[in-house]
Amino acid sequence: MTTDIQSRGYAKPDALVSTEWVADHLNDPNIIIVESNEDPLLYPSGHIPGAFEVDWTLDLNDQVMRDYLDKDGFAAVMSRLGATKDSHIVFYGDKNNWWACYAFWVFQLFGHTNASVMDGGRLKWMNEKRLLSTDLPEVEPSTYVARDRDDKTERAFRDEVLSHVYRNGQLVDVRSPEEFSGARMHMPDYPNEGALRGGHIPGAASIPWATAINPADGTFKNFSELEEIYEKTKGINRDEPTIAYCRIGERSSHTWFVLKYLLGHKNVRNYDGSWTEWGNSVGLPIEKP
Amino acid sequence: MPYPEPIQEFVDNLSFIDDRAERIQVLIDLSKTYKAATREKPYPEDNRVRGCESEVFTWVTLNDDNTLNLEILVENPQGLSAMALAALLAEGLQNKPPATAESLDEELVFATFGKELSMGKTMGLTNLIRQIKAQSANLT
Repeated sequence: MTTDIQSRGYAKPDALVSTEWVADHLNDPNIIIVESNEDPLLYPSGHIPGAFEVDWTLDLNDQVMRDYLDKDGFAAVMSRLGATKDSHIVFYGDKNNWWACYAFWVFQLFGHTNASVMDGGRLKWMNEKRLLSTDLPEVEPSTYVARDRDDKTERAFRDEVLSHVYRNGQLVDVRSPEEFSGARMHMPDYPNEGALRGGHIPGAASIPWATAINPADGTFKNFSELEEIYEKTKGINRDEPTIAYCRIGERSSHTWFVLKYLLGHKNVRNYDGSWTEWGNSVGLPIEKP
Repeated sequence: MPYPEPIQEFVDNLSFIDDRAERIQVLIDLSKTYKAATREKPYPEDNRVRGCESEVFTWVTLNDDNTLNLEILVENPQGLSAMALAALLAEGLQNKPPATAESLDEELVFATFGKELSMGKTMGLTNLIRQIKAQSANLT
């Protein structure tokens, strides 16, 4: 979609759009821009003109059970956005697009494949001093017929991860090295959320999510750089099934996006139960270096 | 009354607002009243609030009348939550006796931002209060 992104060699370059591309398509009726953040104050303080907010806690999660919204919930979200099956959804957000990738991933559980992530996220848009608006978009609600959520293709559950471990399957642990080693059970400077055991899932490769990012502007590294990190250095085989995990599944959705769309790995799933489930479960194997 | 009066009044008023969007707007408006400390770079690492993603630095000194002089700097332009809390702390603690800060309840973060704040942000903002309290305690 943009020369710069296409020149980076990605397997599926259409999954990524630039800030410039978004700025050029603000009035395109088929483009729906969605902001997903960790900080609930950011969107109301100013967002890309016409962008909707999709909140990871209120919109994407079941409000009682630890799970995601069902097909009726997804249809309601899409209706609020005025989306149809053909709408191209572009996600962006804070924290190097953690939550944008997470929202993108949840949308894929419902098969809305016409979707992209804005490279560099909210901070790049702001640093380029592009337009911001506090106006809430007004749109006629659409009728969106959602399909059932597919938890088989992009998502992994605990028992599936366990079977994957016994088959010596590929796992990518995207947490910090300290979390991976078990030296700590939470991100540096974050509180311990109560994981009873530290370490990592046996056989997992430690590849922190941020290794995929250019620190200067928050954009993704190019194909060759990502290939060097994930495949040549860490030995992740693009033809073998891979499961990514972190603490609750948000950072690993970022790596899931990198492996599946930028590198083109065929079978990548996100284990959203992640360490808050694995590190608390009775009887599951844990490895420490 | 667990908080200094201006802070308690803010928290009480906020608790009456049921609408999420309205609560968020009040916090955004509060963040706009934040006044950044004017300090020369580089800022000492000892003044950095640990675990705060918004790159926050604090300085607490004594005025001539032994009241607090509070200076807070939020480096991240997207750190609206930190700016809002900084403004609230300045409102409640500036020119007050150090004991006012030392007794400040860290639950202020939850009372202000509620349960929707992520774990990381909750920790960073709590550390901001803890650092102000510790710096105030060191003055006495």
